This record gives sequence, C-alpha cells and structure tokens, in this order.
Amino acid sequence: MAAYIVKRLLWLIPVLLVVSVITFILMHNTPGGPWDRNLEARQVDKNTQALLNEYYGLNKPLWRQYVAYVIGDWDKEGKFVWGLVAGNMGPSYRQRGRTVQDILFDPPKGKNSWESRWGYSARLGLFSLGIAIFVGIPIGIFAALGQNTWRDYLGLFIATGGISVPSFVMGIILIIVFGSWLGWINIVTKEWDKIGVWIVPALVLGFNTTAYTARLTRSSMLEVMRQDYVRTARAKGLAERVVIFIHMLKNAMIPVVTILGPALAGLVTGSFIIETMFGFPGLGRAYITAISQRDYSMILGTTIFYAILVALANLSVDLVYALIDPRIKLHD
Amino acid sequence: MTTNNQPASAKGVTLGLASNAPSHSLGYDAWQRLIRNKASVTGMIIIALFALVAIFAPVLAPHNPIEIISGQKYLPPVWVEDYNGKAGQKENLLGTDTLGRDVLSRLIYGARVSMVVGLVPTSIIVIVGVIVGMIAGYTGGRVDNLLMRLTDVVYAFPDLLFFIIVMVSLRDTFLGQLLNGALLLFAALAIVSWVGVARLIRGQVLSLKEKEFVEAARCIGAKDLHIMFKHILPNSLGPLIVSIAFLIPGAIITEAILGYLGLGLRPSSNPNDVFITSWGSLLLDGQGAINAQPYLLLAPAICVALVVLAFTFLGDGLRDALDPRMRGTQ
Repeated sequence: MAAYIVKRLLWLIPVLLVVSVITFILMHNTPGGPWDRNLEARQVDKNTQALLNEYYGLNKPLWRQYVAYVIGDWDKEGKFVWGLVAGNMGPSYRQRGRTVQDILFDPPKGKNSWESRWGYSARLGLFSLGIAIFVGIPIGIFAALGQNTWRDYLGLFIATGGISVPSFVMGIILIIVFGSWLGWINIVTKEWDKIGVWIVPALVLGFNTTAYTARLTRSSMLEVMRQDYVRTARAKGLAERVVIFIHMLKNAMIPVVTILGPALAGLVTGSFIIETMFGFPGLGRAYITAISQRDYSMILGTTIFYAILVALANLSVDLVYALIDPRIKLHD
Repeated sequence: MTTNNQPASAKGVTLGLASNAPSHSLGYDAWQRLIRNKASVTGMIIIALFALVAIFAPVLAPHNPIEIISGQKYLPPVWVEDYNGKAGQKENLLGTDTLGRDVLSRLIYGARVSMVVGLVPTSIIVIVGVIVGMIAGYTGGRVDNLLMRLTDVVYAFPDLLFFIIVMVSLRDTFLGQLLNGALLLFAALAIVSWVGVARLIRGQVLSLKEKEFVEAARCIGAKDLHIMFKHILPNSLGPLIVSIAFLIPGAIITEAILGYLGLGLRPSSNPNDVFITSWGSLLLDGQGAINAQPYLLLAPAICVALVVLAFTFLGDGLRDALDPRMRGTQ
C-alpha cells in the first residue's frame, strides 16, 4: 500500500511537468501581455514596459523563463531564487509586491487563514458537500423506503433533474427567481462574512452532487434491503427504525462514502463559474481574472495547484475503494 | 451488441427446444426495451425536435437573427407586461434583446451550435478513443503502458481550466477564426474527452480478449484487425453507446459555460454564417441585462437544461436497455 502511494505520488511529477509546459506555452502564445490595459485606460509607457520585462525576466527566451519558474534563477544580486520546486509560485504581475502563493493562501492582514482566496473556495466546497450529505442522503432514503410509490418517483424526479441540469443553469434560474422576481436574495453582495449569503452559492454549487448522492443512496438502499441479514433483523423482531438506521443504512453508505472525496475535489475546483456568477472572492474568480489580465505566474501557479488537487482526489478514490473492498488489488 | 456467436442454424431450426422462442438479435431486444421506457422516448422526441429546429433554422425563425429592430429594445415576451408598462408584442414571441433583435430567432439559430457541438467533437472522441483503447488493450505490454500514461496526463488536466486557456490563447489565431471559433472549440473538447472513451474500451478489450469466442476466432486463423473490429468491438458497443449519450450533453454544457464566460463562439454579423450565435453567447448577453430583462437569460438557460435533460433520459434508458442487469443501479 505504502509503495503504491509513493509510486502514484512520484507519477504526479511528470504529469505536473506536462500540465505546466502546456499551460506555459499556451499562455505565452496568447495575444497581449500583463502590462496591457483596457483600451480606454491610459496605457503603460513603452519604456516602462521594457523595464518591467527586464525586471521580471520576461525578455529572456521562453525556455529560460520556464526553467526559472519551475526550478529557479539568479536575481540581480546574483542570489539564487528557488522556483516552484520550493513552493514559490512567482511574483504576480498585476498585484505588485505580492507573490502568487500570497494571493492564493494568505489572508488579508489581521484575518484568519480561512479568509484567503483558497480558504473561501475550500469553505464553499465544504459547505456544498455538507448540503449534499444532509439533503441528498435523506432524499435517497426517503425514496428507497417507498419504492414504486409517489415518494420514490418524487425522489427520482428530483435526483434525475438535479443530475442533468447543469449547476450554472440552475444558478441562473435561482438568481432570476429569488433575486430579481422575489427579491429574497441580494445578488451583488460583498458581505461574505454573513453566513446567510453563502447559502445560495453553496446550494447551486452542490446541486449536482446532492442529486447524485440522493440517487446513489436510493439504489444502494434498494440493494441492501433485499439482503438476508435485513430479513433476519426484521424476523427477530427489531424495530423498523433500528433495522433501517443500524442494519441497512450502515452498509448502504459504503458506495456513497467513496464518491464524497472526489466530489469534494470537484466542488472545490469546479466553482469557477459559480464564483464568477456570484462575485465570490475565491480561487476560481481569481483565476478567471488572472487569465483576462494575462497575469502569467498567477495562471500557471493556480493551474498547477488545481492539477495537484485533481490528482490527489483521483488517488484518494482508488485508495478508498481498496480500503472498503479488499478484493480490489492496487497495482498500476 | 448484435453479434451472436452461435451458428445461425442452431437457432430454432434444428433444435426443437428453441423453436418456440422468437429469435431476436440483442440489438432488437434492446430497442424494444428502450421504446417501452417513457422517459427515454420523451428524451428522444425532445432531441429530435431540437435537431429539426437546428436544421431548418432559416425556415423556422420568424425574424432574421441579426436584424436590429430599431426602437424595440428589451421587449418582454408576449405574455408579460413589465413594470415599465412595456408589453410583449405578437411579432416577437419571446421579446427582443438589448439591441432589439428577436430572441426566439436567435434561440433557434443557437440550437444549431449546440447540436453540432454535441455531435462533431463526440464523433472525433469516439473514433480516437476506440482506436487508442483497442490498441492499448489488445497489444498490451509497453504500448499499453505508454498509451495509458498519456491518458493519465490528459486526465490530470482540470478540464475547464484547459478549455479556458485554449480558448483564450488560440482565439485570435487562424484556427480560432474558422467558423467563428467553432473549430477550435471542437478541437479542445476532443483533446480532453477522448481519454474516457479510450479507458472504457481498453477495459472492455482486456476482459473480452480472454473469452472463448476470441480464442476460437484466433484458432481458425483470424487476423488481429479482424478480431478487434469484428469480434471485440461489437461486444463492447453497449457501454460505448451509453458513454456517448453522456458525452453529448457534456459538450453542450461546456459550450454554454465557455459562452457564458465570454470565451465561446464569436458573435457574427454575417447572415450567411452557419453559426450565427450560440446558447452560451445568448447567456452572456442575458447576464448583462439580468435586471432589465431576465427573460433574456432565462430563455437560453431553459433550452440548455431541456436538451441536457433529454440526453440524460436517453442515456439512462440506453443503459437499462443495453444491460438489463444494471437496471436502477446507478
């Protein structure tokens, strides 16, 4: 097991190299650069641009810039500055004086560490996952216990609809109905320290996962219901409540547990559009902004961070499967 | 799914036992199961309707989708009278947009992009995925290892990030200009998604190539290519078809997301273009006018939801029909 994990983690290195090379080439091919301003705004002076390029090493050949980013380079005083390998994601070209890791992981002064960009995205993801668990699982149980009755059909309808309707479409509909028509929620809020304003973005983000959890719980419950040990439990006169929650639910939760890890990674990484839609101060929105501003190091750093998250989530799925089902052998 | 590995004469002709049972191919049985499923029939009807709308867009659209009706901006749909006292008009059933263009006509033309985005990249994905998966699974060894490592790399790239970077960086190149950028979108979708199909097919090949009928084919001297495409591929069609039914809505959603972020197809002002606008672009237009005229955003959102829902219904139905044992397990 340990050898397998080490092997998988080592495999992460070539994957990240390829991901970073592709991103690097693509973004440097993009027309425009970090010093361009809006067409209406005052442009950065040509000489200043040249100086900035010189300062950030943007006038060096591309391969040299890449190596400098990943491994490191000598600065003006001849001191070697380590790059990505030492966790340094480079200076942001737009937010002067801050490094990318500052922007992503450091909270504003005097705030808790969960007030950082990444902290916001992670909390939104966890919140959505909570909704998926505490709404999805009860819906699944509710549907399974009334198989082929209106309860089942209602549950299945919600679940199927929830899986198929893309979350951002759902977000649009919710914003229009509750924001524009009913006026219940404030769409353009900046007060993210109030828990109330988190509910709608979290609901929208966790919408698909909630539906998927409900569907998985239902089918898993239906399978467990027919098992002999459930019949035995009933036959020896246990209360229905005990049979459902102790005997059935415990076993029915196994497949549900396995999807929660990757679901969390999906929720944390998949929130670009939801964050953009609600103006949420998280990682996804920072990324979209960085792309439109051609903030190269910010784009590269965030992409690599996301790639690591996705890879770790994939690894966790395989591990959880192996832990739960000993018949699955882990190799390659 | 249609291969029947028994000789034809053994079916019902020589064996008295089997003669009472009607001899249906697996494909026929699956079709029967599929059309008994109300949800998937509904899905198929919706998909067919949208496909027809896409094909006959110039005939069906009541207005020219890029014609600006002056002085008629922000008209609500015909059944609505908004708080400014502006009422919908019969000429513009779903109202007009921020510039005064007919929303219904634009939706109709937008269906074209969604249908094509669903079909073209998916075809590329299936062809590439099947070939790679086949070779990897059948050849095994070093080739398999290499190809699967390649899929690992593609798999690790966060999808949406890749689409966004590709669309931003290659939009202004020659490739990005072709067909208002549709070609670039197709390519990006195909590059990311073939991996899933390749893995699926490889898994199928690995389990099928040890089966007796493959052994038998090899014994009578069948060539590798023959075994791959005449024996193994038809037997892995079931899961492949199901995965296609889920790839298509995935592509449609991606187009809508990219369009919403302003990275989709470029807006066209040439009435002869095939792809004048897309639902994604309409979502972006609507977002800008969310307070003034929410229907601009709502209409394309509902269209996307409807098509995706239809494909999910069809996909679920196909899974049940092609593999009855899987019924209700997912």
